[in-house]
Amino acid sequence: MIRLTVNQKTHKVDVDPDMPLLWVIRDIIGLTGTKYGCGVAQCGACVVHLNGEAVRSCVTKVSRAANQKIVTIEGLSLHNDHPLQQAWAEIDVPQCGYCQSGQLMSAAVLLKENPQPDDAAIDAAMSGNLCRCGTYPRIRKAIHRAAELQQEAGKKPF
Amino acid sequence: MTTITRRSFLKNAGGAGVALWLGLYVHGEVGKTTSPVTAAHFTPWILIESGGKITIYNTKPEIGQGTFQAIPALIAEELEVSLDQVTILNSNGEKELGTAQRAGGSASVRTSFSDLRKVGASAKEVLIQAAASTWGVDAATCYAENATVYHRASGKSIAYGDLVETAAKIELPKTPVLKDGKDFKIIGKSMRRPDVPLKTNGSAVFGIDVKVDGMRYASVERCPVIGGTLKQFDASAALKIKGVVTVVPVERVYGIHRNTGVAVIADNYWAALQGRKKLRVEWDTKGFEHFQSDEYEAGLRLMVSQEGLTDKNKGDIDALTIAPENLVEAFYETPMVAHHPMEPLNCIAQVKDDQVELWTSTQVPSNVTGSGPNDLHKLIGVAPENIKLHATFVGGGFGRRLYLDFIVEAVNIAKQVNYPVKVIWTREDTTEQGPFRPMTFSQLQGGFSAEGKLVTFRHKVISPSYAESVGRNFDPNKVDGTMVEGIAEQAYEIPNIRTAYVRAGYHVPVAAWRSVTSSTVAFAQECFLDELAWKAGMDPMSFRLSLLSAPSDTKRVLLTLKEVSGWDRPLPKGSGRGVATWEFFAGLCGQTVEVTHLSDGRIRIDKVVAVIDLGEVVNPDNVRNQTEGAIIMALGAAVKPDIRLKHGKVTHHNFYDNLLPRISETPLIDVHILAEGGKVKGVGEPGLPPFAPALANAIFAATGKRNRKMPFDLHV
Repeated sequence: MIRLTVNQKTHKVDVDPDMPLLWVIRDIIGLTGTKYGCGVAQCGACVVHLNGEAVRSCVTKVSRAANQKIVTIEGLSLHNDHPLQQAWAEIDVPQCGYCQSGQLMSAAVLLKENPQPDDAAIDAAMSGNLCRCGTYPRIRKAIHRAAELQQEAGKKPF
Repeated sequence: MTTITRRSFLKNAGGAGVALWLGLYVHGEVGKTTSPVTAAHFTPWILIESGGKITIYNTKPEIGQGTFQAIPALIAEELEVSLDQVTILNSNGEKELGTAQRAGGSASVRTSFSDLRKVGASAKEVLIQAAASTWGVDAATCYAENATVYHRASGKSIAYGDLVETAAKIELPKTPVLKDGKDFKIIGKSMRRPDVPLKTNGSAVFGIDVKVDGMRYASVERCPVIGGTLKQFDASAALKIKGVVTVVPVERVYGIHRNTGVAVIADNYWAALQGRKKLRVEWDTKGFEHFQSDEYEAGLRLMVSQEGLTDKNKGDIDALTIAPENLVEAFYETPMVAHHPMEPLNCIAQVKDDQVELWTSTQVPSNVTGSGPNDLHKLIGVAPENIKLHATFVGGGFGRRLYLDFIVEAVNIAKQVNYPVKVIWTREDTTEQGPFRPMTFSQLQGGFSAEGKLVTFRHKVISPSYAESVGRNFDPNKVDGTMVEGIAEQAYEIPNIRTAYVRAGYHVPVAAWRSVTSSTVAFAQECFLDELAWKAGMDPMSFRLSLLSAPSDTKRVLLTLKEVSGWDRPLPKGSGRGVATWEFFAGLCGQTVEVTHLSDGRIRIDKVVAVIDLGEVVNPDNVRNQTEGAIIMALGAAVKPDIRLKHGKVTHHNFYDNLLPRISETPLIDVHILAEGGKVKGVGEPGLPPFAPALANAIFAATGKRNRKMPFDLHV
């Protein structure tokens, strides 16, 4: 049995310790917001936070996440109101939407570490996340907007 | 779920209370139906319940193109309800909903713009009549707004929900009056899409996310040599993996291509993948293991000497003698590429006796449940009425999900077991198996008169045949219209044009890829037009406009583009500007690209300006989003490695070698929309074809280097 804390809820799972966290989250725990895109850490659709760091859950063995704090897209905010989620809606970022969980989870770590990122910082932090629909111009714009929203709210960075 | 009779107008007294079905072809989670009355001929529909709840069905799968907002918007506009007041449901290929439940050809809005508004307008007229008869006043003295009917003089009002019972007895008008465009409250306004919040918190459900009771997971080993078939397999090691339940042979049909493989079924997907690695499979590669893309392409180059089948013949091109110094000739080559929707192909299939139930992301619900000759029932040997589909949000299509092969494969597996199976393709599977966008090679020739006027134009396309591969309407003695798409239909006034097609046999499955063959032939033709402009000693924009004396949509696009791109503004040395435009079945877009040749040899894309001509626009901001995305997809196909085969196998496997554009490569994109009435054109695809030629033309302007082959280097 492996003990996982996902979005502040504890789960005990009986799985192969080598199983990637992605499949445990999706198939065993049943949270499907985290996506499979490539399985080899190339597309970023599976990004989750492990102790506050962005990790590719498709290449993270579940054993590495045991007893650690995991946050998935479902846990990014309680009411879909993280500054990034607000900015994503305001700027109408998604098209098909499949990659956006990973985009948001990567962007959340960027904003936490760099509350006012410029385009170069956004490009550097977000280059690991593919979007086949090509929403990149809007992702850039929305991260800038989220930085503003975060500042306006006077909140501590997420 | 209850399916309600077509052409009916129904009252429902089930759990949802009294409900009013408007339009035709309705379905929903409601009780039994009563009181059918004749209705006018519409296709989509509306459900209004006595409690006031209003549901509108979206019959065009949401694949990222925005139909989840744009399709209901057309109905809501005329019904006089806001989208905030409406529940939107995606349709599931219900037979009562007709055969147009498809997302393809940028057709969703352009083919429904009037019809769906009529659905909304008819419903509104009936509701107004119901209110008028309740009050005993003339319907002309009433109006509808905000899901309520008002009596103008008295100010009395009744909400739609309270009119349901009365309205159910009134026949729908056949020729409802549509609103004047200037009164639109939704159409033409940039509005947030209702699916966006679902796509920011993980709650949007895609096919890959569905879980069905008792479901198991499958991964399929397919022959790495395209065209090879299964000889035999040994699953003993695979069956020892914890969680693996069984291993079965499987068949997948794509057009004329019958593929075989081995499916590993397990309690979870990870176990299925582990089991798959342990399979020992023997394939019959049938000589396809000797196939080399390089050799095949060399063959295509030789085929240029064949006359081919004439596509279009305008004027009398053979009667003209062009002086050799006035002839320009060029040969262009484009590659195969993969679709790569971010959501890998997947399908859950359950087969119980003669009933098939499916949960999947598809662009074509109508073809999954339909009874047409190319529909799923023919491929799986199940009566269409026994096929039930649960359609979901679609994590990208780009043409790949127009096809049923991955559904056929899932059904084939499910037939062999007694539980539902979810088949998921790995990224490697989608990269290595195809189908792919076919390559097109183009021979072009232009001839100038002694006075310097372009008087002859020839374009011969040499390529595999799409129709042959997908096994639809193929006749080797006729031109495959898909492969010469748009090449004779540009607005340029050239008196003598001949277009032709040379078909090359091919065993690799090919498919429509976003903007279909326009994504390749436009590169050849619009770059060649640039060559002709330089030959004529003219600026490429002026040259194009000189071929457009009569008013046309293309002329309008180019004139707008010239202005908004600042075409006449000089650029610094080392920078260049290119232009291209393309009109085809899906629509019309023109683009300029500005590039700078950096001192280290790299080409930097500074700016892309697009003008898309729509006739009518529903959601301008969504159109901009689509056009930006089309340009970025076109960038990938223009400069990223293509799909090639060596020894019969695709040489690329995943995103580490089959590269897609990333955010850091994204240029500044500025999209302008023309919506000046006339023919309603599509949105999803037209932004794609002009980009690669405009980029190549800009590189020529900046560096003097002419790229006649895609993909090309952003390094000169």
